[in-house]
Amino acid sequence: MRGWVLRIGQASFVLRPRALLVGGCAVLVLLLAVLAHLMFAGRPLAFGEVLTGLSGGPGAPSRLILQVQDFRLPRTVAGAVAGACLAVSGALTQNVARNPLATPEILGVTAGASLGAVAVLVLAGGGAGGLSGAAAAVGLPLAAGLGALLFGGGVFLLAVKRGSDVLDSNRMVLVGLGATAVATSMVTWLLTLGDVTNAGQALTWMSGSLNGKDWDTVSPVTVVALPLLLISAFVARWLLLGSFDDNTARSLGLPLRWTRPLLLLLAVLLAAVGTVLAGPVAFVALVCPLAARQVTGTVVAPLGVTALLGACFVVVADLVAGFVLPQALPVGVLTTVLGAPVLIALVLRSQRRTS
Amino acid sequence: MSTAVLPATRHPEARRRRPGQGFLLAGIALAAALLLSVMIGGLETSPADLWHAVFTPDGSVADVAVRELRWPRTLNGLAVGACLGVAGCLTQAHTRNPIADPGLLGIYSGAALAVVAGSLLGGAVLEAAPAQAVLAFLGALAASALVFTVGSASRHGVTTVTLVLAGAAVTALAGGLVSAIVLSNDAALDTLRFWQLGSIAVRGGMLLSILPFILVGLALAALNIGSLNALALGEETAASLGVDVRRSRTLGVAAVAVLAACAVTLAGPIAFAGLLVPHMTRWLVGLDYRWQVPVSAVLGAAVLLIADTAGRVVARPGELPVGVLLAVLGGPFFIYLARRKKLVTL
Amino acid sequence: MNQPILAASGLSLGFDGRTVVRGLDLALDRGSVTTVIGPNGCGKSTLLKGLCRLLKPQQGRVLLEGRDIAAFPQRELALRMAVLPQTPLAPSGLTVTELVTRGRHPRQKWYQQFSVGDEAAVAAALEATDITDLSEVALEDLSGGQRQRAWISMSLAQESDLLLLDEPTTYLDLAHQVEVLELVRRLNRELGRTVVMVLHDISLAARYSDRIVAMKDGVIMAQGAPSEVVTPELLWEVFGLRAQVVTEPTEGRPHVIPLGQESVASSV
Repeated sequence: MRGWVLRIGQASFVLRPRALLVGGCAVLVLLLAVLAHLMFAGRPLAFGEVLTGLSGGPGAPSRLILQVQDFRLPRTVAGAVAGACLAVSGALTQNVARNPLATPEILGVTAGASLGAVAVLVLAGGGAGGLSGAAAAVGLPLAAGLGALLFGGGVFLLAVKRGSDVLDSNRMVLVGLGATAVATSMVTWLLTLGDVTNAGQALTWMSGSLNGKDWDTVSPVTVVALPLLLISAFVARWLLLGSFDDNTARSLGLPLRWTRPLLLLLAVLLAAVGTVLAGPVAFVALVCPLAARQVTGTVVAPLGVTALLGACFVVVADLVAGFVLPQALPVGVLTTVLGAPVLIALVLRSQRRTS
Repeated sequence: MSTAVLPATRHPEARRRRPGQGFLLAGIALAAALLLSVMIGGLETSPADLWHAVFTPDGSVADVAVRELRWPRTLNGLAVGACLGVAGCLTQAHTRNPIADPGLLGIYSGAALAVVAGSLLGGAVLEAAPAQAVLAFLGALAASALVFTVGSASRHGVTTVTLVLAGAAVTALAGGLVSAIVLSNDAALDTLRFWQLGSIAVRGGMLLSILPFILVGLALAALNIGSLNALALGEETAASLGVDVRRSRTLGVAAVAVLAACAVTLAGPIAFAGLLVPHMTRWLVGLDYRWQVPVSAVLGAAVLLIADTAGRVVARPGELPVGVLLAVLGGPFFIYLARRKKLVTL
Repeated sequence: MNQPILAASGLSLGFDGRTVVRGLDLALDRGSVTTVIGPNGCGKSTLLKGLCRLLKPQQGRVLLEGRDIAAFPQRELALRMAVLPQTPLAPSGLTVTELVTRGRHPRQKWYQQFSVGDEAAVAAALEATDITDLSEVALEDLSGGQRQRAWISMSLAQESDLLLLDEPTTYLDLAHQVEVLELVRRLNRELGRTVVMVLHDISLAARYSDRIVAMKDGVIMAQGAPSEVVTPELLWEVFGLRAQVVTEPTEGRPHVIPLGQESVASSV
C-alpha cells in the first residue's frame, strides 16, 4: 500500500507522504511566485514595500497601497485562480474523456469563450481606440462567460442526453470537436471584420492574457471559482474508479450514471471560469495534471497539487512574459513555449516506463 | 501487396453498407456541387447561360462570369477538397484516431509562420498572393518534415504516439512564434488574419503550378491504400500479414504532408474539412480503405464546393468564407454522426 | 427460506436495438455454484451483465433476494454482488495491491479510507489467489494469468455473498485454471458464497458446478445437474459438437471427449 494509514477509532485515512511533500513544496513555490509577481510586475518593488502595500498599515503611502492592491494584486490573483481552475478542469476532462491528452478545449468551452470575447472586441470595439472602461471590464468577461457556458453547456447536453446508460467518452469528444469547429470558424471570420487594432486585441485575448485585470472582473469571478474548486476536492475520490472500464467501475459501486456527467459539468464550469479570467491560456490544462501525476507518483492526478501547479505555472509565466522579456507578450505565448517541451518530456517519460 | 482485410467494426452486426452505393452517392453529390458552384454567384445566371458559356462563348458578361471567375474557382475547390479529404482520411487511418486531422503534422502552423515571417521580413512584395502561396507551401512542407524527423528520432522509429507528440510540439512552437510576431507587428497581423480565413477564390492562379504536386500526393496515397486495411488491425497483426509498417507510415505521412500543403497553398487553412470528410466517408462506405480513400476525395470536393456555394448564396452579393459555412453546416452534422448509436472505432 | 438469491423472470436483454436474450427465466439458489455454457454469441455474457445490472432489461426483471434489482443503489448492489467482467481495464501504473483494494470501495467512506477490516480482507484475497509476493508489482508488468488472478482477487476482496465471473479462466494455464476453480469451490463450501460463472471448458464446468445452464440463441436449452445436462445429445444440439461423454473417475462427473471427423466413439 503506497502510503501510511492513520487510524483514529473507527476512522482511517490514507496519507501519501510523497504527495504531501510535493503539495507542501507547491504551496511554498506558489507563495514565492506570487511575491515575485507582485514585486516585479512593473516598476520593481522591494520585498518590504510589497508587504507594506499588502498590509496597508497606518504609515504606508497610499500610492504604494494603490500600486500593490489595486494594480498588481488583481492580476496576480487572476493568474493564480485561472491557473488553478484550468489545471483542475484539465484533470477532470482527461478523466471523463479517458484520454491523458484531452483538454477542456475539446469541450467547446474555450472556443465559445473566444467567440464571445472576440465578438465584443471586434463589433463593439469601435475605431482605433479599442474597448474602453466599463465595456472592457464588464462586457468582455460577460461575453466570454456567456460564450463559454453556451458552447460548453451545449456540448454537455448533447453528450449526456443520449438515452443510453452512461456518458460515452468518445461521443463527448466528437461532439465537443464539432462545437469547437463552429465557434473557431466564426472567430476566424470575425477577426477579419474589424480593423487591425481590434484584431490585435482579440488575438491578444485569445492567446491568454492577464493585461488590465482589475477587481471589477476578478472579484466576482473568483467568488464563483472558489466554491467550484472546493467541490472538486470532494469529487476527487471518483477519479480513480472512473478511470477503470465502465463495467468494473459500476460493479464496484460507483454510480457512473451521474458521477460522470457531474464531473463533466464541473470541468466545463471550471474551464469557463478560468477562460473568463485569463483567456484560453494554452497548455495549463494539459501539462499540469500530467506533471502532478508524475511528480507525486499517483495513478490519477491529485487535484490539490494540480491546482497549485496550475497557479504557479500561470503566475510565473505571466511574470516572465509580461515583465522580463524585452517585448511584452501575453502569458499564453509563454505557457505554450514552456509547456510544449515539458509535455513531450512527460509523455516520453511515461512511455518509457510502460514500454 | 498484402491482402486487403476488412477491419472489424466494434459491433459484429454493423449494417454492411454497400460501398458501391456510397460511391455513387458521393459522385452524384459532386456532380451537383460542381453544377451549383458554376451556376451560383453574384450575377444571376440560368442553365441556358451556362450552356451558352460552355459551348458558344461570345464574351458576354455571363460568359465571363462563368468561364473566368466561377470555373477556375470551382476547379480550385475541387482540388482543395479532394486533397483535404484524402489527407484527412489518411491521417485518421495512420493515427487510428477519429479526431485527428492533417493539422497535427504542423501543416497549418508551419504555413502560417512562413506567411507571417514573409510579411515581417519582406514587406509588401511577400504579401502578394503568389508569394504567399509559395511561402505557405514551403512552410507547410518544412513543418511536416520537421515533425517527421523529430517523430522518428526515438528508438522505435515513427509511431503514432511520437508523431502526434512531435506534431503537437512543432504546432505549439510555430504557433507561439506566430503569436509573438503578429502581436508586435500590425502588418503581419493584418496579413495573417486575412490569410487564415481560407478561401477557394483564385488568388494568383496557382492551380496549374501546384497540380504536379497534387498528383504526386494522390499517387502516394494510392500506393498507401494497400496496407491501410491491415494496419487498422494493429501494427503487429499488420506486420504478420506482410506489411512493412515503417514504410507504410512514411508513405502515409508523406502523402498527407504533400496533399495538405497543396491545399493550404491554394486556399489557406481550412482545417475542419480534414476532420469532417473522413467521418462522412465512413458513414457512406464503411471502413474498407480501398473505398474510403477515393470516396474521401470525391466527397471532400463536393462538401467544399457546396459550402463555398452556400457562402455565396447566403451573403449575396458578397460572400461568407467557406471555412465558416463548412463549420456551421458541417459541425452540427458531425455532432449528429457522433450521436448515432453505432460509433465505429478505427 | 428457500427463496432464490438471484432470479430472472421473463428477462429480455440486448443492445443497439437487438435482442440477444429472450424471455429468460432463471432461479439461482443461495449457496450454489452455477455455470452457464453455450456457443459463442449465445448470450451468456449478456445474461451475466443483465443479472448484475450492467445492462438494463428490455423486458422482464431480475430479482435480488426477492427485490427488483433496479431498485438498489449502486453501492448497495456492489456490497451484495461482486462481478468480474470479461475485459476489465485498469489505469496504468496501478499495483496489484491497489487493484485489490479497489474491491473494498463499496465499504469505504471518506473518513474510512482503509480500515483494519479492509486491510485484512485485502491480505486474505491476495493469499487466496496466491499472488501475495506480487503485491507491489504494476499490473501491466504481470503475465496474462497473473493479471487475471489479481482481478479475481479484487472481486474476492469485495466479500460479497454473490460472485459473478465472466470467463475467469481465459488466460490461465490448466494448473491455474484448476486453482481458480478450486478456490471458487472453497469459497462456496466454506463461506457459503453463491457463484455464477461463464466458462468455455465444459468438462471443468461439469466438475466444479452444482448446476449447469446451457444456452443457445438467447434461450436456455437445458438446466440442471451436470450429469443431466452434459449429454452427447445436448452437446450436438447446442454446440453442434459430436462428442462422447464419459464419467470421470475422481468425482463421477461427466467429462466430454470431442469426436472429430475421424474418431469413433469407444465403448468405455
